[in-house]
Amino acid sequence: MTIESLLASQSELTDSATSKCAIVLMTRIRLARNLANTPFPGWARPAQRESILEICREAVGNVPQMKRSVNVGIAELTDLQKQILVERHLISRELSGAKSGSGVVISKDQAFSVMVNEEDHLRIQVLRAGFQLKKTWNAINDLDSELEEKLDFAFSPTLGYLTACPTNLGTGMRASAMMHLPALVISNQMEKVVRAVNQLGMVVRGLFGEGSDASGSIFQISNQTTLGESEEEIIRRLGSVLNSIVEHELNARQRLVEGDSAKLFDKIGRAYGILQNSHLLSSSEAMNLLSLLRLGVDLGVFPDDSRSVIDRLFIEAQPGHILHLSKQELESNQRDMVRAERLRVEFGAFAKPNFTLRPQS
Amino acid sequence: MASPLKCDLCSKPATVHLTQIVNNKVHKVDLCEECAQAKGITDPNGFSLADLLLKASLNPEVPAAGLRCEHCGFTQNDFKKHGRFGCPQCYETFRSMVEPMLDNMHKGTKHTGKVPQKALDRQSLYDRLTQLETNLDEAIKSERYEDAARYRDEIHQVKQAFEPKSQQPTHDD
Ligand SMILES: [Zn+2]
Ligand SMILES: [Zn+2]
Repeated sequence: MTIESLLASQSELTDSATSKCAIVLMTRIRLARNLANTPFPGWARPAQRESILEICREAVGNVPQMKRSVNVGIAELTDLQKQILVERHLISRELSGAKSGSGVVISKDQAFSVMVNEEDHLRIQVLRAGFQLKKTWNAINDLDSELEEKLDFAFSPTLGYLTACPTNLGTGMRASAMMHLPALVISNQMEKVVRAVNQLGMVVRGLFGEGSDASGSIFQISNQTTLGESEEEIIRRLGSVLNSIVEHELNARQRLVEGDSAKLFDKIGRAYGILQNSHLLSSSEAMNLLSLLRLGVDLGVFPDDSRSVIDRLFIEAQPGHILHLSKQELESNQRDMVRAERLRVEFGAFAKPNFTLRPQS
Repeated sequence: MASPLKCDLCSKPATVHLTQIVNNKVHKVDLCEECAQAKGITDPNGFSLADLLLKASLNPEVPAAGLRCEHCGFTQNDFKKHGRFGCPQCYETFRSMVEPMLDNMHKGTKHTGKVPQKALDRQSLYDRLTQLETNLDEAIKSERYEDAARYRDEIHQVKQAFEPKSQQPTHDD
């Protein structure tokens, strides 16, 4: 499969089935693995990196999960292609900045991706739409075991999988969920949540933009530590933290609706109006408007099946995807024009809001 | 008078003092204004102590100073510069430096998760094979031919265990 046909085809994320737990958009797990007796990518000489890349691309490309995958060296990709892969969470920013001796293998459905020679020889990743920690773990565990048939991983009985950075030792696992938390943001409770989550050994990051400037109210919550607990224990603890955040978000929504529903509905109604009529939209404004409409779906203002449209646009409204759509170089101003036009078309055909309250389940 | 606290990263006087509880352990970090800014401490969302603890735990000079990994040439100074190791064997070389770090960094210091059983089995088969071949050589040299025949049989068996199960040719269709 070629990279262009991959970019044009529907992915696990942009074509996700509507999940039962609307607050968790996506589950992602990654495993860091390295080849035994081989210098880590950051320390290997260029020739060594090339041979590691070759060995790994060959092994990864041959596992059943990667049938008809895209298997490329980073140097073969254009800047725009790399940007789109970053926006789809298929490669990291670090990898997209790598010059040569790095690569990536991505499955046809874009649920599996394996980065080669990022910080570690292998960064194995599985993405699933919705709240799917167990399923995602099972999928990545299987993929990892397949790779183990072909590759000798660096492993120590006491320290576990050996990684370039000691913060990833042990399981080498980072499990995360992308959560939509608009009510906690509107009611200024995110800081409190971040502090509580940190105390439980988990990390919260804004997904778009840096740090606290989390446009779209989308946050990524992941485990901080990797050594001293099994994968299942980490996942169980993360799962219970995520459940309690979901509960807090639902409570915050309840209070917003009971407290000043006019104010809340005004925000949602205006967001709808802007998305239908604006002619210039920055990426961050678009994320915030889409976030309000998604909250509207959850509250019953818009029909349930429109949530997947919004989730797709969260990704497709980002700069790389907009550039790809227009098929030409654009100034940032022109990009905002193309984005607004794209969203006008999408929301021209969107359901009309119905502000009669529906009891929350 | 007690000397003022020094920044854990650059040893200028520290003005920012942080306490965070991670995994029921209290961690304290003291930083100067500049390092606090540089590390984005002022931003509660982006801030994670892990990176800091990594650097800070290196500050009191540890006994690993002067060590060099014989497999990849990596030194302790390289670690201070990059915050990453050179190769998997570095963990053995710099064990005295790594061990105190782990306690701050992780929930435990012993791996309890997945084990790459197949790779380990392969490794032990390989070790066994090397041992048998040495034994065989010695047996032949000292003209113990019965022993040699037995080693040869065993080598044959081990080699068979290495053979991958009959593989289907894969087509990229
Ligand atoms: Zn300092
Ligand atoms: Zn080394």
